[in-house]
Amino acid sequence: MADQEITLMKGNEAIAHAAIRCGCDGYFGYPITPQSEVLETLAAEKPWETTGMVVLQAESEVASINMVYGGAATGKRVMTSSSSPGVSLMQEGISYMAGAELPALIVNVMRGGPGLGTIQPSQSDYFQACKGGGHGDYHLIVLAPASVQEMADFVDLAFELAFRYRNPAMIMADGAIGQMMEKVVLPPFKPRRTEEEIIRECPWATTGRVGMRKPNIITSLELRSEEMEVINLRIQAKYREIEEKEVRYEEFMLDDAEYAIVAFGSAARIAKKSIEIARAQGLKVGLLRPITLWPFPSREVARLSQKVKGILSLEINAGQMVEDIMLAAGGNAPVRHFGRLGGIIPDPDEVVEALRNMF
Amino acid sequence: MTEEIIIAGFGGQGVLSMGKILAYAGLMEGKEVTWMPAYGPEQRGGTANVTVIVSDDPVSSPILSSYDTAIVLNQPSLEKFEPKVKKGGTLIYDGYGINEPPTRKDINVYRIDAMDAAAEMNLIKTFNMIVLGGLLKIHPVVKIDSVLAALRKTLPERHHHLIPKNEEAIRKGMEIIVKAGQD
Repeated sequence: MADQEITLMKGNEAIAHAAIRCGCDGYFGYPITPQSEVLETLAAEKPWETTGMVVLQAESEVASINMVYGGAATGKRVMTSSSSPGVSLMQEGISYMAGAELPALIVNVMRGGPGLGTIQPSQSDYFQACKGGGHGDYHLIVLAPASVQEMADFVDLAFELAFRYRNPAMIMADGAIGQMMEKVVLPPFKPRRTEEEIIRECPWATTGRVGMRKPNIITSLELRSEEMEVINLRIQAKYREIEEKEVRYEEFMLDDAEYAIVAFGSAARIAKKSIEIARAQGLKVGLLRPITLWPFPSREVARLSQKVKGILSLEINAGQMVEDIMLAAGGNAPVRHFGRLGGIIPDPDEVVEALRNMF
Repeated sequence: MTEEIIIAGFGGQGVLSMGKILAYAGLMEGKEVTWMPAYGPEQRGGTANVTVIVSDDPVSSPILSSYDTAIVLNQPSLEKFEPKVKKGGTLIYDGYGINEPPTRKDINVYRIDAMDAAAEMNLIKTFNMIVLGGLLKIHPVVKIDSVLAALRKTLPERHHHLIPKNEEAIRKGMEIIVKAGQD
């Protein structure tokens, strides 16, 4: 496949191809609908024969995330992918990695819950991803792709951010983005880093102690409270820096908007169609699409809240991101939520109707 | 130009692959395309549908409330999607799978006896290509050459000898599609 070739593929397939191309060292996962094509594509591509990337189907999601923990501890670019119930199983490992300050990529192709729920698309893991699904004061860097192209592009971005801040990053997609096929230009090939490069870039990694260097210990355990507070404060300072520097979002038709929709992922795609329909009816609506869900574009929402008559949070859930919007809007504009549950995707017409009824 | 199409029928009829070839053909013409399956636990005999959008502009929502064209290949799909065709839009149905034909008067209804034709030609597996041919006659969303190029691109090399059969099926579909009520 030529580097710049435009091709047609599913979001899940794009994740797999992008992983191989961006120098990923290892993938550890367990199949679950609607993300199984990630593992299937990797198995079909056999990257262990080309780039040397490890692809391993673990015995469970718990095993997968702990393999990721182990790989990340050695400074490797490692990842896993799953869907909602599987990501719930991974929460302990994710919290440990956040505590041990390890870079890794976790992909969640969300389906409807709670419990085993449904295999249809949903966005109901926003709280889990953004508010710490595991225990302790931690955050993941959460990227929300809204197209197959972004599924491909965000793999490398997530790794870059994860390594820059020594923190796990998540790509949070949903069954719709995972399953649909669109045009995509895959990222150019980037070789896996050599051992020397890893030692240079990750002086903290357990790469094997040579000479007089201090031993590197990867752990999230610190029984002395005074020390543990220092670690927590350092991690929190890192989060403030991420909030300062890494907020990403897209604005669509907001210049003259009287109402704003805030939506991410596939809901943002639906919102764009709803905006076309609403504008044809004379209703001036625009979209703010958070690309990073954490850090959340609070400042942008605050600015928007001073400009518009109302903000609609369109989510494929019962209302999760709406809480962050309300916090950011600070009462400047009414904030409402519209969503469908259980794997039902709202259609553009009902979003327009919700918009009309709510303000 | 934006063409929003739903293709619906039983699993095993080639609904998803027909959509994929249509989307791929659009891609070969440099158009924007989205292929969104209603995925599920369904297998052969269950229901299957796919939304295909082919456009000159970037595609917004892959999920739609209504369609320019609905291609329905069984009764449950007809019942589900006939009401969702835009006024003035197009509905194409296969006579074999439909007991109660469509009733709307504000849309253009076409009938294609693709299942019968596929059986006659002894090419049952090209059923979906016959239907695709019918669509391309009514709405030349993409060129036949692009469809053939898409087949060359998506089929494994060992199946390339079947491409002429597929072309034959597409041309058959173009021949046999008729405006409903005029057959």
